[in-house]
Amino acid sequence: MTKQLPGVDIVLVGFGWTGAIYAEKLTAAGLNVLALERGPWRDTPNDFATTFAQDELRYYWRHGMFQEASQATLTFRNNSSQTALPMRHWGSFLPGNGVGGSGVHWNGQTYRFLPSDFLARTHNEERYGPLPEHVTVQDYGVTYDELEPHFDYFEKICGICGQAGNLNGETVEGGNPFEGPRSDNYPNPPMQMTFSQDRFAAAARELGLSPFPVPSANMSRAYVNPLGLQLAPCTYCGFCEKHGCGNYSKSSPQTTIIHVLMQRPNFALRTNSEVLSIEKAPDGSMASGVTYIDANGDSFFQPAEVVVLCAYPLENTRLLLLSQIGEPYDPQSGEGVVGKNYCYQVMSSATVFYDEEFTNGFVGAGALGMVIDDYNGDNFDHSGLGFIGGGYIACHTTNARPIESHPVPDNVPSWGSRWKKAVRENFLKTTSVGVHGASMAHRSNYLDLDPTYTDAHGRPLLRMTYDFTLNDRRLTQHLTPVAEQIANGMGGREVKVNIRRGSYDSVPYQTTHNTGGTIMGADPKSSVVNRYCQSWDLPNLFVAGAGLFPQNAGYNPTGTVGALAYWSVDAIINQYLRQPGPLVQP
Amino acid sequence: MDLLTRRHVMRLMLLGGTALAAPHGFAAELGRGDGLPWAPSKGENPYYGTRDDRFFTPEEREIVAAICARLIPSDDDGPGATEADVVTFIDRQMAGFYGRGQHWYMKGPYSQGTATQGYQSEHPPAILYRLALAELETYCASQHEARFVDLSEEQQDTVLTGLDEEEIEFEGVSAKVFFDLLLKNAIEGFFADPIYGGNRDMIAWRYIGFPGTRYDYRDFVDHRGKAIPLEPVSLIGRPGWSRP
Repeated sequence: MTKQLPGVDIVLVGFGWTGAIYAEKLTAAGLNVLALERGPWRDTPNDFATTFAQDELRYYWRHGMFQEASQATLTFRNNSSQTALPMRHWGSFLPGNGVGGSGVHWNGQTYRFLPSDFLARTHNEERYGPLPEHVTVQDYGVTYDELEPHFDYFEKICGICGQAGNLNGETVEGGNPFEGPRSDNYPNPPMQMTFSQDRFAAAARELGLSPFPVPSANMSRAYVNPLGLQLAPCTYCGFCEKHGCGNYSKSSPQTTIIHVLMQRPNFALRTNSEVLSIEKAPDGSMASGVTYIDANGDSFFQPAEVVVLCAYPLENTRLLLLSQIGEPYDPQSGEGVVGKNYCYQVMSSATVFYDEEFTNGFVGAGALGMVIDDYNGDNFDHSGLGFIGGGYIACHTTNARPIESHPVPDNVPSWGSRWKKAVRENFLKTTSVGVHGASMAHRSNYLDLDPTYTDAHGRPLLRMTYDFTLNDRRLTQHLTPVAEQIANGMGGREVKVNIRRGSYDSVPYQTTHNTGGTIMGADPKSSVVNRYCQSWDLPNLFVAGAGLFPQNAGYNPTGTVGALAYWSVDAIINQYLRQPGPLVQP
Repeated sequence: MDLLTRRHVMRLMLLGGTALAAPHGFAAELGRGDGLPWAPSKGENPYYGTRDDRFFTPEEREIVAAICARLIPSDDDGPGATEADVVTFIDRQMAGFYGRGQHWYMKGPYSQGTATQGYQSEHPPAILYRLALAELETYCASQHEARFVDLSEEQQDTVLTGLDEEEIEFEGVSAKVFFDLLLKNAIEGFFADPIYGGNRDMIAWRYIGFPGTRYDYRDFVDHRGKAIPLEPVSLIGRPGWSRP
């Protein structure tokens, strides 16, 4: 039997980056906020202490901090003629679990999307003519200029370390000359680079490209953020991605926001509380709250004036589908919106092997890198190329964790004496130039509910139907040779190119940048939420996260996820609360 | 809950720490101005089993050790899976949550699927090992009238290549899925922190030059392509620190 609980002003479903952002702003505005988190409480001293955080087997290979597939996974197929099968354990991407979500185990590469990324359809059609049929790329409905103050604030909350390239329209030497105008510099200077980045930057400059430091959420110095929380200088230990930071050196919801929230009497957090559905008022015009289940199996109805979906994009989509909110997307007709425009990221790389020099990859950090943006977004002329979008090309030194990272040259077998010797010879002497490519939306890539497989509560799993598109393939074919060319200029013995070929494979880890499914836009016929991330169907329901992206840009998503959350919560406080109802008339 | 933890909880309850009193894993309400939840000695220490954690029969253990010795051989260039005691690592893993597939999604129906759909066996890792090892013995008996462990190194390599390249197939389980899993586990056991039973005395880390789980490399960021000669350190220190 479902127990009815007293109401709250705001209920947040999930408590990672976006949950923390909404909670902080809404409690500061005097509202009574409750966050429901499926996983456990996690904080630095107990859960990623320096004495055991650097455990590669436990945290990566045994999925110490990720969603448990046994509780809920998703099913996957490359196209709709196949039968989707469950991802029985994680591979290609790693959804987080627990307080802080994936914000605990990210690398910290914190970009702003380009102004043209937010106008992907209008901008590209104006410059190159109509997009091909079945390319379902859309505008965000919000512009870079509108988001700029929110990018700036998120960077200050995180203490991002970087070098501005465009301050109020003035180009600044050493930064990204292609970035949108910034109202302020980064709050902290870039990280200290290593040998590999020096070689990359020199080779890129030699080719006339413009290298700049990767904007990093790993601290280059001690920092106090606008909420008064303190971050410590990064120690370059090489255990960022897939690990929590024991040193308070990586921005996460824990290190930048949550400690402040826990002091506020108008904030509460219930852990091990999984939301099963969003409930509607009897007339169907508003959300009335959420139903959740705790670890004892008891279920509760939590009434709320406003519901915000702050779970991972895949789970936000599933919750809308399970709650029958919004029209599910139908790839046959192209009608419907929930589950539409699922996108990912198209990765490739060129590995450089040295003979004499040591790259010492174990001296690393999640966002330690130099990068070029010359081939991202619409920073180059796409005329005649047959694709839109691009990607950054970067040389990161994030880790040399030995189970994961032991690149060997071409033609080395994958086991036996020759493999072992090649690992020894190259372990300390390689670096990589990576292409981080955009993923453009296509009519055939989408999310819906699986007809066969169910989670631990008996609810349908989410089904992913996804493959790389023609745009993706042309993009990676155009950009990977640039990475190879830079790699060739870095003075190594040899270069091995790892191109992206064949169908999308759910097995090897690529990146946890799953986007779309709950996309934002200007029109209820083609988007789930409006420009303020407010549901077109239920005006007191808001959605956060990378599920809002109508397509994925050639950057890591978190910077834009943070900016969109601050933009949306600002609209709730300054517009919605004054006059509850739709903020955009359809 | 052990006695020590129970005493902690009792004390916290007496002190009125209601949020803290909830045992780990159960729903708790935190916040409401109470600050950070904290209890002493509640760190999530790693689970890594003990010497008594075994899954394999003595015969199975012998075969797994022999396979690992070919995947990561001991040779003139340096130590291999045998010196690193990779088989003990795998044995402990199979005896624990990983071998049981406890955190994996193991609901049916089962279907082989495409290569891009990943692991689709109905068996968790430990059972897959057990069934595949039996089929491997059957194969070696029929082809060579010998156990796998009694084949020459060349013959063993030929059999393993046959599994890897899908020239040898088993009846009840996929030989290729088994081979890929075993290779992955062998690499894990060779390179994981020694607390898990493999990589004995950090032998694999020393071999490749990985300085282990140190927490601070700030003095070495500006290495300019030069070697950084540091002795490896495990999560529980290193011999010079922990032994007389």
